[in-house]
Amino acid sequence: MSTARLRDLRVFPGFGLLSVGCVVFLYAPIVVLALYSFNDGRSVTRWAGFSLRWYQTVFANQNIQTAALNSVVIAIIAATVATVFALGAAIATVNRKKGGGEGAHVVLTFPLMVPEIVTAVASLVFFVAVGISLGFATILIAHIVFCIPFAYLPIKARLESMDETLPSAAADLYASPARAFLRITLPLLVPGLVSGWLLAFIISLDDFIITALVAGPGATTLPLHIYGMLRLGMTPEVNAISTLMLAASTVLVLLSGLLGQVGRKH
Amino acid sequence: MSARPLALSSRIPPGLAHAGLLWPSLGIILVFMVAPIAIMLTYSFLVPGAYGGVEWTFSTGAYEQILFERDFLDDSLTFTPDYLIIVARSLLQATVATALCLVISVPTAYYIATRSERVKNIWLFLITIPYWVNLLIRTIALLFVLRDDGPINSALLDLGVIGQPLALSYNGFAISLGLIYSFLPFMVLPLYSAFERFDFRLLEAAYDLYASRRTAFFRIVLPVMRPGLIAGSLLVFIPSVGSYLAPDILGGGKTLMIGNLIGTQFQGARNWPFGAALSMILLTITLIVLLWLARRAAQQQSN
Repeated sequence: MSTARLRDLRVFPGFGLLSVGCVVFLYAPIVVLALYSFNDGRSVTRWAGFSLRWYQTVFANQNIQTAALNSVVIAIIAATVATVFALGAAIATVNRKKGGGEGAHVVLTFPLMVPEIVTAVASLVFFVAVGISLGFATILIAHIVFCIPFAYLPIKARLESMDETLPSAAADLYASPARAFLRITLPLLVPGLVSGWLLAFIISLDDFIITALVAGPGATTLPLHIYGMLRLGMTPEVNAISTLMLAASTVLVLLSGLLGQVGRKH
Repeated sequence: MSARPLALSSRIPPGLAHAGLLWPSLGIILVFMVAPIAIMLTYSFLVPGAYGGVEWTFSTGAYEQILFERDFLDDSLTFTPDYLIIVARSLLQATVATALCLVISVPTAYYIATRSERVKNIWLFLITIPYWVNLLIRTIALLFVLRDDGPINSALLDLGVIGQPLALSYNGFAISLGLIYSFLPFMVLPLYSAFERFDFRLLEAAYDLYASRRTAFFRIVLPVMRPGLIAGSLLVFIPSVGSYLAPDILGGGKTLMIGNLIGTQFQGARNWPFGAALSMILLTITLIVLLWLARRAAQQQSN
């Protein structure tokens, strides 16, 4: 049978339309939300012309600036610490795959298996029980914990797909293990490290529930601030700040995706 | 060269190097994730303190509270279905969301998998972006669209189709829609990778044997896809059961699902043992489902 005929047979009527509908459903609400952030009117419903005034109010808001700075600082530290820890863990579990690496793998991916709300309340109870006062530090610890599996998985995948003979070849050429690691293994791992770091960064930046419970009264992050704004009602400022966060996540995902593709090609 | 291609240094004993690499991550997860859950398990068997927190007296009261109400006067237990209804509603909402995600995702994933390489990548990017975009913002966006004075209702009012706004938000319907909206990409992506591996010669064989398109799809394609269908369903079902944001934002602040019920037990000075007991139940449901999946996957691999 010819390929043309085969391709034709693979088509089921209506599937294409449903797929378009699926993508429209996923994007329509966020596109509408973003569109109305440029609305000049105070009303969040009637269109009153294009304006950037809500972005000006958002950028002028001291509380939003503080929350955004907190979010970014926490995400950078959490993603970096998680990536460094996860790199070690990935090397260790890949080395020991034949004996006993599995138990470690289960523990490392455990944060992914626990429902977020359970992680959130368990962390709160733990910090209170051991007497660590809630605030910036507790947010940071909680973020590092749930970022580890997100950094660990891409790094591990990259390590497993790596050509094992390369470090051996380096050793044959009298490179010390440390030198072989720094000059051969680490550079080959860069795409995995970067995509792991970016995913951990996005996950940290986006988290709401866990942060909300371990933040305590003092510290705040951007999602917490937005949630607080929403409690006072849907305002155009909510649209504007949400649109900024949407843009940030989208850029980071695209970046991570592109790096992943580049990594696969090499 | 040894069988350990990633040794960092010849001077450090391999066992020590292994531990040094592994234990920072393992330790932080054990201390800040596993230990807290052990504490929660303990707390679920204690008595709530007068000002929040717990009192160290053993009790199964927190678990009893899910089904019964203790009478203050004569200490008798009467069956109250209120909390059971919330648990049941969570399971129902998650089931509905999973089923509808399946109905939308199967054709979509199939369609994407049968595109050319270039077109495929564009579709995958389109599905992947919402997967990573902030869930809080996506839920807010859905609320923005569904509100009484949101664009859908305003448009319908302006056109004179309806006399007063449709109740699209702050109800069970909005939560269902919210769950589907939140977790739809979790279903499309695993289904896509399953369809990607589908041997299309099977379909060809079915047509050669005079199967109709419908028969071929339901009798050949879907049965072969079962592992992908199960994986996708769990990826939607598990976060849906414990979902917090969709019922909280779209349900209008009422305690509608188990995630919110757990949350409220810890905000302010509520009932920690009760919240801990509910958490343990939610965690147990999740882990049972995951273990079942892992065992199935292992069986599939050995076959």
